[in-house]
Parts: sequence; C-alpha cells; structure tokens
Amino acid sequence: MIEKADQIFILLRNWIVGFLPAGWQTAAGVVLGVIGIIAVFPALFAISVLLERKGLGRMQNRLGPNRVGPFGILQPIADAIKSLTKEDVVPLNADRIVHFLAPVYLVVVAFMGFAVLPIGRNMVLVDIDASLLFYFAMGASTEVSIFMAGWSSRNKYSLLGAMRAVAQMISYEVPLLMSSVVIVMATGSLSLVKIVETQNQYTWGLPHWNIFTPWGLAGFVMYAIAGTAETNRSPFDLPEGESELVAGYFTEYSGFKFALFFLGEYLGMLSISGLGTTLFLGGWSAPLAALNWVPSWIWFFSKVMLSIVVFIWVRGTLPRLRQDQLMNFAWKFVIPMTLLNLFVAALWRFMGEGWLRWVVCSSLLILVYVVAGRTGMRRKNFGPRSYRYAE
Amino acid sequence: MLGEGILKGLSETAKNFAGSFVSKERLTTVEYPEERAPLPEATRVFPFLVYDGSDWQAGMRCVACQICEKECPPKCIYIEKSKDKKPDYVGKMQIYPARFEIDVSVCMSCQICVEVCPFEAIKMDSEFELSTDDRFGGLLHDRKRLAKSNEYYHSIHPTEAAEVDARLAEEKAKVEAKAKAAAEAAAAKATASAKAAEVAPAANAASKPAGGAEESKA
Repeated sequence: MIEKADQIFILLRNWIVGFLPAGWQTAAGVVLGVIGIIAVFPALFAISVLLERKGLGRMQNRLGPNRVGPFGILQPIADAIKSLTKEDVVPLNADRIVHFLAPVYLVVVAFMGFAVLPIGRNMVLVDIDASLLFYFAMGASTEVSIFMAGWSSRNKYSLLGAMRAVAQMISYEVPLLMSSVVIVMATGSLSLVKIVETQNQYTWGLPHWNIFTPWGLAGFVMYAIAGTAETNRSPFDLPEGESELVAGYFTEYSGFKFALFFLGEYLGMLSISGLGTTLFLGGWSAPLAALNWVPSWIWFFSKVMLSIVVFIWVRGTLPRLRQDQLMNFAWKFVIPMTLLNLFVAALWRFMGEGWLRWVVCSSLLILVYVVAGRTGMRRKNFGPRSYRYAE
Repeated sequence: MLGEGILKGLSETAKNFAGSFVSKERLTTVEYPEERAPLPEATRVFPFLVYDGSDWQAGMRCVACQICEKECPPKCIYIEKSKDKKPDYVGKMQIYPARFEIDVSVCMSCQICVEVCPFEAIKMDSEFELSTDDRFGGLLHDRKRLAKSNEYYHSIHPTEAAEVDARLAEEKAKVEAKAKAAAEAAAAKATASAKAAEVAPAANAASKPAGGAEESKA
C-alpha cells in the first residue's frame, strides 16, 4: 500500500502505456511524463503566486486578495482569464519575430530544467549521467531569452533592464555553479538521481543531507543567494525594478506574452528551489527515518514550496540593491566564499571520519565569513555624495 | 557581523505576518463595499442644490441667477430660467430654475460654484458613488436629482450648515425688521399725514429707520 502510494504516478503511467502497442510504449511514457510536468508546475506556479500575494500582504499588514472565491483562492484563475483576454500589443518598431520568440523560449527553457530533477523515487523524466550540467546549461540560457526580449522591444527601459539582467545573471552564475560543485566533489557524480540517493541514508534516524555539514550549509547559503539573483527575485530584482525601469525587460509585453514571462520567472524559481532541494536538502528523502512511509514526491514538493515561502519572506523583507552593491557582493564576497568552500569540502574529504574535521572546517568557514564580512563588505564610500561634473 | 540586519528584518516581517492574523488592529484595510471609513467633514465631491422644508420644488433656494453657470471653469452647469416666480425663504417673489443640470463627467469638484453663490443654494456633496451604466443620461444630473434637503446638508457638513443657517436667519431677521420698520414708518407717515404735519419732530424720528433700511438694501 505504502509502496503503491509512493510509486502511484509511475504505476499510473505504466497502466496507461499498457494499452498501447509495444513499439509505442517508450515514446508514450515520455510524453506522459512531459504532460505531468507541464501540468504540475504551472499549478504550483498558481499556488505560489497566490501565496506570495497573500503572504506579502500579511507581512505589510494588509489582507491581500480575498475577493475571488473563498479567501481569494480563485484569484490565479481570474488572473489567467484576464491575461488571456487582454490585447497583445507589439511596438511598431519592435523586431516582431524575436519579440514573439523571447517569452516562448523562456518558458520552454524553464521547463527543460525540470526534465532532470528527481521528483520522487524513480520519478525522473530523463536520467542522464551529467544531469547537473544539463540543468545549468538550460538555466543559463534563460539569459538569452531575457536579452532577446529587451533588445527586440526597441525600448530604452527594456534594453537597460536586459543589460542589467545579463550582467547580474552572468555574475551570479559563477557562485551558483561553484556552490553546486561542492556537492559533486562530495558525491563524485554529476547525476542528480545519484546525488539524492547518497543523501537518502540515515544514522540514528537522522538523514545524511548535505546541508548538515559545514561545507553543505555554507554552500546552501551561497546557493540561495546566487539562486535568488539568478531568478531575478527581490532583493536582486534590478532587471525589472519598477521604480526606475517601468517593468524592465518586459516593459513592452502585454497580455498572454506578459503572462508567459511571469510564468517563466516563477518556473525558474521553482526549478532553482527544486535543484537546491535536490543538492542540499536531500531531494525526495524524508527528514527522519521514521517518516519514510510518506510518499517521496510529497517530501520533494513540500521542500520546494518551503523554499518558495522563504523566497517570498525575503522579498517581503529586503529592499532592492543598487547595481554596484550587487556586483560588489557577487565578486568580492560570494565568489571568494564559494572558492573557500571548495577548499573546505576537499579538506573534509581528506581529513577522514571524526570530530576534528567538524571543528576545523566550521571554524575556517566562520572565521573567513566574519573577516570578509567585516572588511570586504564595509561601506567605505558611505557619506555625502560627490558630483564630479555637475556642481 | 554580516547578515545580522537581514535576520533582524526577517524576524520583523515574520512578526508582522503572524501578528496580522492575531490582532485586528494591525490590519488597517477597510474593506470598502462592505465597510466604509467615515468621511471627513470637509469632504467635497460634487455640488447639489439645497432646498428648505419638505417640498424640493417649493423650497429650492436657487433663484437661477446663473452666476455659477458663468463662473464654472469646465462649464458643466446648464441653467434655464423659469417664466413665472415663486416665493423664496423670506417670502420675496423670485424666479427659479426651470432646468438645472450638471454634467458629472465634466465637473472637476473645484467648489467655485459654491463660493460665488450669493443665495447659499449650491453646496458640495459627499456622495462619491456616481458611476453608472448610462453614459449620457446617468452622468447628466437634473435638478430633481441634484435637489437635497437642508437636513441632509446638516448631516454631511454640520458646522458649515449651522453657519449658513445662522447667516440666513440673520438676513431673514434683518429683512423682517426692515419690513417691520417700513411698516412702522408707513404707519407713522400715515398718522403724520393724517395729522396734517402738525408735529415736526415725529416725522424726523420716522425718517431715521427708513434710511437704515435703505442702506441694508444696497
């Protein structure tokens, strides 16, 4: 029974595929998996948008949307209908083809990332050896779509937003990769399925998640920072800063294309959360050995949604960074810390079992964190602003 | 240490989040159609015509002098004078507006019509839910729709309405005093002429209040 609940989607797929002739079964299985992903993640997108609007409202002592349906839970449906029926305006001078392709490309690429994420036990669409590499290749190409959108719109705000986005995403791609490399070093594999499997072990009922090691915790923090920047979420939402750039790279988008951008942004958030869960939080494995009877996919989705809640919480708390602060933070703090983290992970590996490696590794990380935070991030130029040319 | 401020901020928002479910005082939102914030007394949205008594046509203060129509910057008032006359609040016969229309979509709520009105006939309303599905008729308010009682005026702007009432009562008293004085003077004159100008000081005394009444008329 428990086994069946855990594998319910696999069994369902096999049952449906069983009606087809043998030659078609593999292809039909893949198509069904794709349909599953395309159905589930936009549903999660709707839930997280609602959660964000309600949660942010509460953080600002507002009520949030509460008109459509009981407690406003039907708000995403109303939003979807609205965006579908709105007029699709394309600027006269825009590059029409690129303008059209940009949102489509964004959503396609965002969905591609989910193909390699292990959603549950045996539940992964394509199990390739270098799935982490594939994921990052897909994640990095969202930049292309953002630049396509900004460039094709023929709008200064769009272009500025796209420039900012590209600068930011390239800067934060480095720490994102480096903080994930730690996991590859520890596991010895680029396969996400294998990474989850190595974390799915328990001593005294406690899991072997990567976050429960000094390098794993540091890596997770750096991954979270870089992931937030990579998905253009507040406080790193400079590319779409409403106060200075109207809406950034999607200023000239309306109607369903705008909705696609919105979907792409949230899908990026969900997939970054999914990867973070897979790498650091044990993927689909239960947080306690005693809770192993709960279906694995429930654990995966609850961890992803928990990450989304943290994303929303951070958005409700922090103001937007300035461009120079953003770059300083990436290149002077996060990247050195991830480099150090690589060294610490290697140290951990070669110091062998025992309490000594805990002490050495954590004290090294904390020491550098404190020193770098005190010196590197000090606001040296804080004071009255000086104007070089205008006086 | 780096990140301390972020943690402090996160705890603050978490406190707000949890607190908004516990204490109702935190939520400042007034859910509009169901509940309403009380309007401040000085609220002004759109003009209306004041009438005294219970009959809006008989008690209409407006005398169709058309000053407001001329002063209105966006020209949203349209007045047509009546052919006949009706008594105003002091009993003097005045013409009244046969048509008095204001276009809501044009009015800019500047209150200039109220400022220029010498008869305290047009005042600002606090009614703001004027949206309609009738694009032409619904936005052009006729005099019946514009007419609102003095009691209503008291209920929305009590201080201002009390001042206006005091002023009108004073004027009415003045007019009545003048009428009385005129009547007295006429009576005195009548008696004086009847007595065939025998007593000179009596005629002198009678001329004084009449002079005062002349002044007030100017």
